[in-house]
Amino acid sequence: MTDAAIDTRSSAAQPMGPRGAAYPPSATITMAHGGGGRAMRGLIEKVILPAFNNPLLATLEDQARISMAGLASLGDRLAFTTDSYVVTPIEFPGGDIGKLAVCGTVNDLAVCGARPLFLSCGLVLEEGLEIADLSRIAESMGRAAREAGVTIVTGDTKVVERGAADRLFVNTAGIGMLPAAIDIQANRARPGDAIIVNGNLGDHGIAILLARNELALSAAVQSDVAPLYSLIVSMRAACPDIHCMRDATRGGLATVLNEFAVSSNVGIRVREAALPLDPAVRGACEILGLDPLYLANEGKVVAVVPGIHADAVVAAMRSHPEGRAAAIVGEVCTQPAGSVILSTAIGGDRVVDMLVGEQLPRIC
Amino acid sequence: MQYADEFRDPAKARALVTEIARLAAPLAAARSRPLQVMEVCGGHTHTIFRYGLKAMLPEDAIEFVHGPGCPVCVLPMGRVDDCVALTRDPNIIFTTFGDAMRVPGSQGSLLQAKANGADVRMVYSPLDALQIARANPHREVVFFALGFETTMPGTALTVLQARREGVANFSLFCNHITIIPTMQAILDSPELRLDGFLGPGHVSMVIGNRPYDFIARHYRKPLVVSGFEPLDLLQSLWMVIKQIAEGRCEVENQYTRIVQEDGNAEALAAVSEVFELREFFEWRGLGSIDHSGVRMRAEFAGFDAERKFAMPGVQVADPKSCQCGEVLKGLIKPQQCKVFGSACTPEKPLGALMVSSEGACSAYYQYGRIDVRGRGPAAGAAGAAGAAGAVGAAGAAA
Repeated sequence: MTDAAIDTRSSAAQPMGPRGAAYPPSATITMAHGGGGRAMRGLIEKVILPAFNNPLLATLEDQARISMAGLASLGDRLAFTTDSYVVTPIEFPGGDIGKLAVCGTVNDLAVCGARPLFLSCGLVLEEGLEIADLSRIAESMGRAAREAGVTIVTGDTKVVERGAADRLFVNTAGIGMLPAAIDIQANRARPGDAIIVNGNLGDHGIAILLARNELALSAAVQSDVAPLYSLIVSMRAACPDIHCMRDATRGGLATVLNEFAVSSNVGIRVREAALPLDPAVRGACEILGLDPLYLANEGKVVAVVPGIHADAVVAAMRSHPEGRAAAIVGEVCTQPAGSVILSTAIGGDRVVDMLVGEQLPRIC
Repeated sequence: MQYADEFRDPAKARALVTEIARLAAPLAAARSRPLQVMEVCGGHTHTIFRYGLKAMLPEDAIEFVHGPGCPVCVLPMGRVDDCVALTRDPNIIFTTFGDAMRVPGSQGSLLQAKANGADVRMVYSPLDALQIARANPHREVVFFALGFETTMPGTALTVLQARREGVANFSLFCNHITIIPTMQAILDSPELRLDGFLGPGHVSMVIGNRPYDFIARHYRKPLVVSGFEPLDLLQSLWMVIKQIAEGRCEVENQYTRIVQEDGNAEALAAVSEVFELREFFEWRGLGSIDHSGVRMRAEFAGFDAERKFAMPGVQVADPKSCQCGEVLKGLIKPQQCKVFGSACTPEKPLGALMVSSEGACSAYYQYGRIDVRGRGPAAGAAGAAGAAGAVGAAGAAA
């Protein structure tokens, strides 16, 4: 059976336009929109359905029904994940909470080698949110889903009183299919393996920090939020036996590498001079006393691959739009087991530990 | 990156390290112990660990002793309790530098107060706090003023600006401290073994180099005012060791691109207009030190949170098991403290030096527990197993 047996694409042939009168430009969410009645139905039909635009969702049943045979043709294991998105502000340079909610969950599936297929979307709306804002976010989710090759097939909308949420929270769960023989796990790093990242670190963390506008700093830094499945397909083509892979979100590269080092009981050495960093991000880190190794990313994958395949993987990544700045940043070694060591640009060595709490800007 | 990369050149670093090792080896051999050089400032401690300088230097010839110059670390618990008490007033917006939020008092930290609903806001400058006061005329905005002479002028100028504009709902909770009496207290310690000092660059930018003269003259210790980039520190260390090798005790300035001989007259004028010395001030880990803190002068009473609001003002003794004082004087290394990594960790700091990322114990915990040369866990790293457990748990949850 081919991929066509399971159609995860949107039905572009029958765009479902808004039914009934559109909302006036300044309309806001009220408790009625979560009440289960006419107002909620109207919101779903006018805002959500047109944005997500697919026949599975359009039936408006309480559940999406997915063919087992279609799934089984794509792999022998189901990959299943969930994540909640609460970012402030909900729109930021390079993306928004909707795109983030799609890409984050898609990437959590993709990094184990699974092909992401279906998402659910749970929305928690704060009373007073402008419907125009919700509409923009929903359209962004729909766009991101189409770009990532997934369908948002089921969902839920709740409204909470003003103050009980920060405008808009999104939860997405996702399922994907994992082809037989793929075995990507945090405990498979081996001495001699290479550590590869697909591009500049910390863009998302700094973009959000600057977008909050609390630090009187400005720089043209865009969030890196992006779906990574097709990049990972090209990486697997260059090296079928990727040992470990994770997306470096909260906690950054440092956290992912510590997880690999501990799970695999190996040492990991990273070269500071090899870390891809946007000069503006580096500058912001210098000014604020932040360490880019711990900054959040939303479109960065960290892969551990056998050393002999490293160059081929990097070459494959560089020919993909999400991997243009891909680089080998370090190696796996035997000692010190369970730890990550950074060889600093000046020629020193230091431990890169898990972060305690949040990074806070230093006083002076 | 301009103005940063030129101070991180590995070839120049190697040359300095070679020269330092050559000069220090016979001096250490003559003493049968490594030369002990104190970097006074927490920013220097941070640079030493962040760039891995300690691992570049011969450990049998050079030992860094991490000084008291981390203003966040040395905040006593009682003052944090005062902050937390202030935040319980719903009319107060409490503003603070980010890294002060984690400092524990006996009633918890400001981060915890915020989690419990207090209006605590992180700012990057006292001017941000003043802006919040302008924007919230019906609420009281308190700025948690702390730091050495480095941050004092900024706070003083903000108060002067608030007075000019007549912003009556802005005040400081003043915890500024001054470095010289504290260095003197350390130098007066009978067990002292220090061989020299790296002087604090940004404090010196304000106060100049002359206030350190007594250290060279009276205590016969060399001091080099140092910048904060890795090459700054290595060059300054080389200058200190060169003085020792040549039998000199002088105050030298490595950080000439920033520090002027007499400091910054305008900054000093603003500081002395707004602040006056306290009789004494309590330091976490070091106890009470005479004339080591400042308070606001009486004519600024309207901007002084201590005069404006009722605060408990209760002294809270440091936990008995803490050996921060001994670490600060270089008598023991952080990992030799009884509670390092067990009762005292960055997650639950007991002592001053575990509190901020610039504190010596926190730096050792974060960067120094594991032998970076790949010889397995460093001696005395009691906390390593616990931290590995935490890593494992986080990995499972991701």
